[in-house]
Amino acid sequence: MLLVKGGRVIDPGSGRDEVGNVVIADGKVADFLPGGESPGTFDGTVIDARGKWVLPGLIDMHVHLRDPGFEWKEDIRSGTEAAAAGGFTSVVCMANTSPVNDHPEVTRYIREKAASAGKANVFPVAALTRGQNGKEMTDFSELFEAGAIAFSDDGSPVRSALVLRRALEYAKAFDFLILEHAEDHELSGEGAANEGWTAHRLGIPGIPSAAEEIAIARDILLARFTGGRIHIQHISTKMGVDLLRMAKRAGIRVTGETAPHYFTLTDAAIDGYNTYAKMNPPLRGEEDRMAILEGIVDGTIDAIASDHAPHDEYTKRCEFVAASNGIIGLETALPLSMALLAGGKVTPARLVDLLSAIPARILGLKGKGTLCKGADGDVTIVDPEVEWEFRESDVRSKSRNSPFFGWKMRGRAVAVLCRGHVTHSLMKEVTPDA
Amino acid sequence: MEWRRKHVLGLADFSAEEIEFVIDTARSMEDVLTRDIKKVPALRGKTVVNLFFEASTRTRTSFEIAGKRLSADVVNFSSAVSSVAKGETLLDTAKNINAMMPSIIVMRHPASGAAQFLSRYVSCSVINAGDGSNEHPTQGLLDLYAIIKSKNKVKGLKVAIIGDILHSRVARSNLHSLGRMGADLWLCGPGTLVPKEMGRSGATVTNDIREAVRDADVVMMLRIQLERQKTAYFPSLREYARNYGLDSEVFSLARNDAIIMHPGPINRGVELSDELADSSHSIILNQVESGVAIRMALLYLLAGGHNAAR
Repeated sequence: MLLVKGGRVIDPGSGRDEVGNVVIADGKVADFLPGGESPGTFDGTVIDARGKWVLPGLIDMHVHLRDPGFEWKEDIRSGTEAAAAGGFTSVVCMANTSPVNDHPEVTRYIREKAASAGKANVFPVAALTRGQNGKEMTDFSELFEAGAIAFSDDGSPVRSALVLRRALEYAKAFDFLILEHAEDHELSGEGAANEGWTAHRLGIPGIPSAAEEIAIARDILLARFTGGRIHIQHISTKMGVDLLRMAKRAGIRVTGETAPHYFTLTDAAIDGYNTYAKMNPPLRGEEDRMAILEGIVDGTIDAIASDHAPHDEYTKRCEFVAASNGIIGLETALPLSMALLAGGKVTPARLVDLLSAIPARILGLKGKGTLCKGADGDVTIVDPEVEWEFRESDVRSKSRNSPFFGWKMRGRAVAVLCRGHVTHSLMKEVTPDA
Repeated sequence: MEWRRKHVLGLADFSAEEIEFVIDTARSMEDVLTRDIKKVPALRGKTVVNLFFEASTRTRTSFEIAGKRLSADVVNFSSAVSSVAKGETLLDTAKNINAMMPSIIVMRHPASGAAQFLSRYVSCSVINAGDGSNEHPTQGLLDLYAIIKSKNKVKGLKVAIIGDILHSRVARSNLHSLGRMGADLWLCGPGTLVPKEMGRSGATVTNDIREAVRDADVVMMLRIQLERQKTAYFPSLREYARNYGLDSEVFSLARNDAIIMHPGPINRGVELSDELADSSHSIILNQVESGVAIRMALLYLLAGGHNAAR
């Protein structure tokens, strides 16, 4: 039994935004007691959440845990520790491991390791095609039974429109979700940064925004044509947001996510050949950044996901074009997203939608993304006021590839419960469970 | 002025004063080159390593001669291995060379930013001899020097740079060196090889060679990299030559005393007609000559020659 006492409970799932007490029992939300009233005596742990926000556990619907195969970059334990430290209770891990998660054995390995060593719920995404070769579909239903919750070749796009069409048509019967890394590979070519003034000035081959936009348009049109359900990953461009908005208005079954770096940074961050600002899709221009913000505000963008992509030092400490793509993000996604609150256009409830409620809905995660009675006991307790600096020494991930070291952040997860267990705590009186 | 630079990685952050200072130093180096015995002991006991990851004959030779004229021990280390290929990382190579304690590393590398990267991990000086499509600072300086020798000034001259601007480190360094000294810069080439954003460099961008060459004082032709044809930036060499090659007819639009430059090696008949390459307007060989003096000047300055003499 556990009582989270006196916090501001923000739970769009139950329409709640009020001070109250959340009771957790047997790993589930057992009760909500509004206002100052709380049980006189409570037989269990009490977490004093006064002045804090009490949120349904955050869900990062796009991470790379690098396990199996690249455990020196990250593994399920370190990755979920980073998740917990960043306020996440659930992570959705991509299939570009080694071996690729295209077989139920790999899916089961991830599920089992997460169950024994994980500090967060881990929901594997299986590859859409065998070996992510872009040609033959994987065994969707068998992978689903093994625990895969969606299908994606993330890391690379499904190059063939025909293969994607078939996948959407086939998946529709099961209502399986396809996540798509939208990129026209031929157009992006050997590009290593957003095609724009910064890249031209630095002599870095460019990735045109059209490489993403064309792929998003294609994906939307295929979703429309097949009636299938598709989710566009890591949207980075203005036209990407516009296309998504248009598609939603047309009633097409499409959703989309962006990552904090796309609304926080622009391609100016690569100046000096900064490989820690290199990712795919690349950081774009200011116009794109503003459009992403607009998409977040008006609801076009459904979710914020970190695209946590751990890489070892030596693959970043090299020439820009040769450096690996990606940055870690689990420990900075929440505070960078909280920066959106400053303008007043994004409310705390909307933030919970973006980081928990909507991802749970898109992915069909039952009992997640809400604190209503009977939901899973996944709770993120946030101090919205605390100011802190993100330091390299804080990082729980095995990798250190972040452009945000030294950044002053405001807001942080101070305690995290996953199915009723404390997985992370910065509160003196709260001790994480073993 | 006092020379404070440890490295020459690019001209992007060079002030006009620094550029002039290098040119002045190159002038005094050129005096050495006119002597009977073309060697001075300024860099005796210093080691210069030419670290070339990309094929180059003239730039490497030019640096080698420059070093030897200053009595440095010059060592050439060439490797065709691309940075992206498997094998020793650039960082490891750099650390190994650094452990042999050279005074100056001169590096050419296919990746943009490679020289800047190297300079962070070695204790000696670094001269960028060309990094990807980023910069070729000694070329930018020698081109400036060659123009000054021919025209006695740069300010106000119309300089047309024509060809593959997108991939050209020569163009980028010249934008800095000539731009800083007040030239009226024009960039010209096919739409696929002249990004529209290049206008933000301060140069005028056009796809019309006639517009670029009209009343120009300097026409600088860039080498078309034949190997780029695989990604088809233009239909054919024939079509390229037709629209962007410099021949007598197009060149007649330039000022009567206009000069023709080319960083070499020339694809005769593609970007530059045979006839013009060898004409009295061509200062291509003066560029090569100026290159040795510029490189001597930089080696001398980086080795502390100037400050030691004071």
